[in-house]
Amino acid sequence: MIRPFGFDEALFIVWAIQWTLALSAIAFAGGSVGGLIIALLRVSRARLPRYLALGYVRLFQGTPLLMQLFLVYFGLNIFGAGINPWVAASLALTLHASAFLGEIWRGCIQAVPSGQSEASWALGLGYVDRMKSVVLPQAAKIAVAPTVGFLVQLIKGTSLASIIGFVELTRAGQIINNATFVPFEVFGLVAILYFVICWPLSLLARWMERRFAVATQR
Amino acid sequence: MNYELNFAPVFANFDHLIAGTLVTIQLSFGAMLLGTIVAVACAAGKTGGPAPVRWLVDAYVEIIRNTPFLIQIFFIFFGLPALGIRFSPNTAALVALTVNVGAYATEIIRAGIESIQRGQVEAGTALGLKRIQIFRYIVIKPALRTVYPALTSQFIYLMLTSSVVSVISATDLAAAGNDIQSRTFASFEVYLVITGIYLVLSVALSGLFSLVERLAFNYPLSR
Repeated sequence: MIRPFGFDEALFIVWAIQWTLALSAIAFAGGSVGGLIIALLRVSRARLPRYLALGYVRLFQGTPLLMQLFLVYFGLNIFGAGINPWVAASLALTLHASAFLGEIWRGCIQAVPSGQSEASWALGLGYVDRMKSVVLPQAAKIAVAPTVGFLVQLIKGTSLASIIGFVELTRAGQIINNATFVPFEVFGLVAILYFVICWPLSLLARWMERRFAVATQR
Repeated sequence: MNYELNFAPVFANFDHLIAGTLVTIQLSFGAMLLGTIVAVACAAGKTGGPAPVRWLVDAYVEIIRNTPFLIQIFFIFFGLPALGIRFSPNTAALVALTVNVGAYATEIIRAGIESIQRGQVEAGTALGLKRIQIFRYIVIKPALRTVYPALTSQFIYLMLTSSVVSVISATDLAAAGNDIQSRTFASFEVYLVITGIYLVLSVALSGLFSLVERLAFNYPLSR
């Protein structure tokens, strides 16, 4: 029996937005912590941490997100953690986001004029004070626009979690499509919902980028 | 951890992996070529076309850039047949990748076109060149050269994104992996090897792109 595509079916898809947002939030929060660590390692004065962080970034930027999801999903099982789409998707997207945010933020840290760092040395500030009170606050200002831009990429990336069985917006669309067989309407609706989430963020990122460009013009 | 990694089933199916790798390479280069053509046309329309064309290009770019590729390929492969447009999986994959990379490349190439100084175009007009000649010789060539690094990193990202086409049973590298793991259950090993192949592909692509840059753009950038 084929179900008609009605209000309840559409509502099921709309409700699944919460899981897309939840997964995005987890990955973004985890990725922020990991990204900060990667960025700090990348600008470290010691060679080994710098190369390790670079290797991590190259590895995650040089392989597909889908494979990263599969490897974490099946890898967790090997390590006896069982098969759990929530854990696997959160972990894989966190590792992924750490690499990308780390690389974005490294650029932002390096964009802070080196005189700032030198001045804090001259004032006798240690590493922690120098980063916390001088370099990172200035880097954060530069980082906002590209970070929001990456958030859009991350939200779109969570759709791949549907392939390992995580029920979010895309998977909800597939489930409804399998019952109603009206793919044009179903995937059209899913696309519109993603667009409604992502487009305002894209516009925000672009607006902030322009405002920042004006603010730093000389 | 009492699990022995066993790579034997992966290497027993190595010809399968090679075939998948070739499809991934074909899809990637096909989409790069077609996507660049789409993008040059769209960027030309966006920078020099009438208002309705500019709106259409804007709509295309924003829709594609703000929806996941997975949904785009589902829409093209499962949704479009409702309108009587039917593709085989590999064709649908090529179409979806082209549409996707076309939108990103449009934005990149548009930025390149806008970086061309007005005086260059005016000089072309003064020399009596036709609009198409100005675009061909004065605008697009240096524009593409300026945005070449951004464009090629988008292409590498495209190659990685192409792994998603395995979900509509296209026969790319990721699909070869799905196939082997469903027969051998050596899931982790299979995807480990495949991830390694993708890594090699992306390193090779970036090497190829910088080689092309050195051979094709060995004249100084005009400022």
